[in-house]
Amino acid sequence: MNKNLVIVGGGPAGLACAISAYDEGERDILILEREPELGGILNQCIHNGFGLHTFKEELTGPEYAYRYVKGVEERGIEYKTEATVIDVNAQKQVTYVSKRDGLVTIDAKAVVLCCGCRERPRGAINIAGMRGSGIFSAGTAQKLVNVEGLSVGKNVVILGSGDIGLIMARRMTFEGANVKAVVELMPYSSGLNRNIVQCLNDFDIPLLFSHTVVQVHGKGRLCGVTIAQVDENLRPKMDTAKYIECDTLLLSVGLLPENELAKNAGVVLSSVTGGGIVDDSMMTSQEGIFVCGNVLHVHDLVDFVSQESALAGQRAVQYIRNGAPNCEKITIETKNGIRYCVPSILKKDGDFTSALSFKMRVSNVFKKVTLTVFADGVVVLAKKRPIVTPGEMENVTFTPKQIEQLKTASSIQVSLEGVEK
Amino acid sequence: MRDIIIIGGGVVGCAVARELSRYKASILLLEKGNDVAVGASKANSGIVHGGHDAVNGSKKAYFNVMGNKMFDQLSKELDFPFVRNGSLVLNFGEEGNKTLCELLERGVKNGVEGLEILTGDQVRVMEPNVSQEVVSALYIPTGGIVSPYEMTIAYAENASVNGVEFKFNQTVQSVKPTSNGFDVVCGENTYQAKFVINCAGIFSDEINNMVCQKKIKIVPRKGDYVLLDNAYSNICSKTLFQLPDAMGKGILVTPTAHGNILVGPTALDIDDKEDVDTTAKQLDKAYTIATRSVPNLPRRAIITQFAGLRAHGDQGDFVIGESQQKGFYNCACIESPGLTSAPAIAVHVAGEVAEKLSLTKKEDFVATRKGIPQFSRLDNESRQRLIKENPLFGKIVCRCEMVTEAEIVMAINRPVGAKDLDGIKRRTRSGMGRCQAGFCTPRLVEILQRELNVQAGEVTKCGGDSVIVVGRTK
Ligand SMILES: Cc1cc2nc3c(=O)[nH]c(=O)nc-3n(C[C@H](O)[C@H](O)[C@H](O)COP(=O)(O)OP(=O)(O)OC[C@H]3O[C@@H](n4cnc5c(N)ncnc54)[C@H](O)[C@@H]3O)c2cc1C
Ligand SMILES: Cc1cc2nc3c(=O)[nH]c(=O)nc-3n(C[C@H](O)[C@H](O)[C@H](O)COP(=O)(O)OP(=O)(O)OC[C@H]3O[C@@H](n4cnc5c(N)ncnc54)[C@H](O)[C@@H]3O)c2cc1C
Repeated sequence: MNKNLVIVGGGPAGLACAISAYDEGERDILILEREPELGGILNQCIHNGFGLHTFKEELTGPEYAYRYVKGVEERGIEYKTEATVIDVNAQKQVTYVSKRDGLVTIDAKAVVLCCGCRERPRGAINIAGMRGSGIFSAGTAQKLVNVEGLSVGKNVVILGSGDIGLIMARRMTFEGANVKAVVELMPYSSGLNRNIVQCLNDFDIPLLFSHTVVQVHGKGRLCGVTIAQVDENLRPKMDTAKYIECDTLLLSVGLLPENELAKNAGVVLSSVTGGGIVDDSMMTSQEGIFVCGNVLHVHDLVDFVSQESALAGQRAVQYIRNGAPNCEKITIETKNGIRYCVPSILKKDGDFTSALSFKMRVSNVFKKVTLTVFADGVVVLAKKRPIVTPGEMENVTFTPKQIEQLKTASSIQVSLEGVEK
Repeated sequence: MRDIIIIGGGVVGCAVARELSRYKASILLLEKGNDVAVGASKANSGIVHGGHDAVNGSKKAYFNVMGNKMFDQLSKELDFPFVRNGSLVLNFGEEGNKTLCELLERGVKNGVEGLEILTGDQVRVMEPNVSQEVVSALYIPTGGIVSPYEMTIAYAENASVNGVEFKFNQTVQSVKPTSNGFDVVCGENTYQAKFVINCAGIFSDEINNMVCQKKIKIVPRKGDYVLLDNAYSNICSKTLFQLPDAMGKGILVTPTAHGNILVGPTALDIDDKEDVDTTAKQLDKAYTIATRSVPNLPRRAIITQFAGLRAHGDQGDFVIGESQQKGFYNCACIESPGLTSAPAIAVHVAGEVAEKLSLTKKEDFVATRKGIPQFSRLDNESRQRLIKENPLFGKIVCRCEMVTEAEIVMAINRPVGAKDLDGIKRRTRSGMGRCQAGFCTPRLVEILQRELNVQAGEVTKCGGDSVIVVGRTK
């Protein structure tokens, strides 16, 4: 089978990408989604708070997703559900399996990977102790509770203050469970501040910074955890160890881009984000393979996923029409507390009119800093920020004038200025 | 009254069951867990030892060397993962050379073939990631790796097909000699048999002591492990031991039969025979010592950890044979190299028991067993064919290990099938990958509910009170 554009994943990234590709004039599009429904992770996020930027209203996850699903259906864009992509190669051949179609290989002109991310498991953070039940990643618990209607436990400790953990603290409380504590290794949260307020503070759930779970106890089902404070090297101080009785431990300790397919296709990945390294058209090191959404880097707000993915869809169509421009590229350097910047490569393609924005994460909490972008040492853009945190993505958008400055420069740097040493 | 009761469904009990199922006899296997392979047989290094390490003339040496030779044919017959990858005992200093020579000599006396002492450089040609510190090594080409739980399950399935009955959640509390055999009591249930075979692993001392004058004592010796993501499978291809010490064969770094890297085990004597909790200290120790063999062992590649208990007996050797109590047979204190030895032990024990009970062979014994087709390992043509035959092969349930719904349904509905999440995991690898069952858990709960016709709240991770969910939401 042949297709111009194949989109792997029908979450917010895949949907926005498909819609924008269609609106750019492309008609030969196929979305492949392994779940029975389109919508991605949003289908299990039944809380409010989606779409403030895009729609200026607070939607639940499924409501937000539905607007895009409707967009896909109205345009008659082809999609397949319960179709799992098992391989993408450098020749842009996409292989999927489904109960209905069996195993199918598609030759695509362009592929956009929108596979989202997965949660970091217990093993990756090395908690010692029992091997029975009662330990869930927060997203798994969220799915069991919100989608399957099953209750996962009564007395809960949450490790990690990522957004999913925070949201689950509130959700479990609504379910009548007793959330005894949220335990965070770092001295700050990796979640959004609004979630800390709305999900913990409003319910008097303690958030313990610089603490971790050192041991889990129980034979069959979990019966308790030992927590302890950590020192500045994040090593537990065993003299502060404390036992908390609980039957459930939720882990919200980070997300990892789901990049098995990208890896097989030979896409070069960033060791910082775990996602592909892309240029300003969201194209990876493999020509014609694009990535966007959580598989590229972990987003906290879905609005930015949609925005980024719309751009990827548009650029994929331009690629299908014109191929990749043969032009020079500059690598964007990051320093002074900027952990990463997406994109990390800028094409000097002479196009100064298409939208361009940089998405960044910082490596620590900093106050009163200026997010600054330099071209050949000259300030292109400076954005004052009262506070920046690793939990919140930073985003700057450039004007055509600024884009010209960047795309004609021979070096670009992104930096936090005014950081106290 | 049955002919034979086997106590314990580890590799030894299941292998004995299978070898005895060649004979016309009624056989019952009682296991206290919810599945087979829930004791030491699921949590060990999975090494098919060459046999260089066991004391000359011991039962360990005899059964190890004999067992090792059986693996090529057995793994084909019963279709379980086995690779003869070879082992190396690494030596880091001049003093160690003497120990290596002793090991070589001991191995030769035990009948181990192909042993050879290599220089450090020769080792690094074979295994480029081995430390520069290594000055020499003993090479054991007959060493291998096996998936220990799949081997146990294969034995159990084949035994079941040949008529052995399995009962789970049956903890043997007493074994009482009667006029014509034994009463074996498990809570409310009493089972009778002419012959009892004790294969209760770490508890085999207690079972023995229920019946025999001559007491045994087992001290559980815990070993902690960490397992690395299969993306790092190129760290080594052979099993890398360090020189043995008083507590055992030391910390090893080895590929598993599925291509993950396994690091461990530590060795710590403990009191509690149920305590398989890992501890941060031991895991740290395993990792640190292992970096001596392979300096660049990536800590961030760890995906899981586990611990197993060695059945270290006070006799220093396997206890195998009929006890003073006629009809009561021991396969006790089967610590390492018990996995390697199990096939040979089983043949030996079955032969003796058959003779004592004057059993005759069946004509219709089924010698082979075919495992569940592994979708992830097939080529696209075969995959296509499978989905045509059974559309459930088109539904991927475990994304990390690419396990399909068809495989999971088969795992549940086979003889001695899976009844819980861990059972499915050991039979299909669903949940064994890098996300450690985050993705597949809700699906597995659903499938188990459907196939076993139970409520979600009854689905467990590993039997007992290890429920996954506690009921429905409000
Ligand atoms: C618990 C939680 C709470 C959140 N809360 C908020 C909030 O309050 N407000 C907000 O704005 N944002 C929130 N977000 C963020 C937002 O939901 C995500 O950023 C967004 O869903 C990411 O979109 P995506 O399409 O990249 O990934 P996903 O939504 O994960 O979608 C990826 C899709 O790809 C499919 N897929 C993956 N691999 C394959 C394959 N091989 N074959 C076929 N299909 C495949 C998956 O099934 C999935 O449907 C939250 C996220 C989570 C997890
Ligand atoms: C850390 C470690 C590493 C090892 N590495 C290797 C290796 O690399 N190579 C090797 O060859 N060997 C190795 N071994 C040894 C090997 O794992 C064991 O010798 C082998 O698994 C023992 O099998 P088993 O059937 O005797 O015991 P188990 O597998 O423990 O089975 C005993 C069964 O009996 C059941 N049971 C106990 N009491 C009762 C009761 N009262 N009623 C009913 N059922 C009962 C238990 O639930 C259990 O399922 C290792 C062992 C350990 C612990």
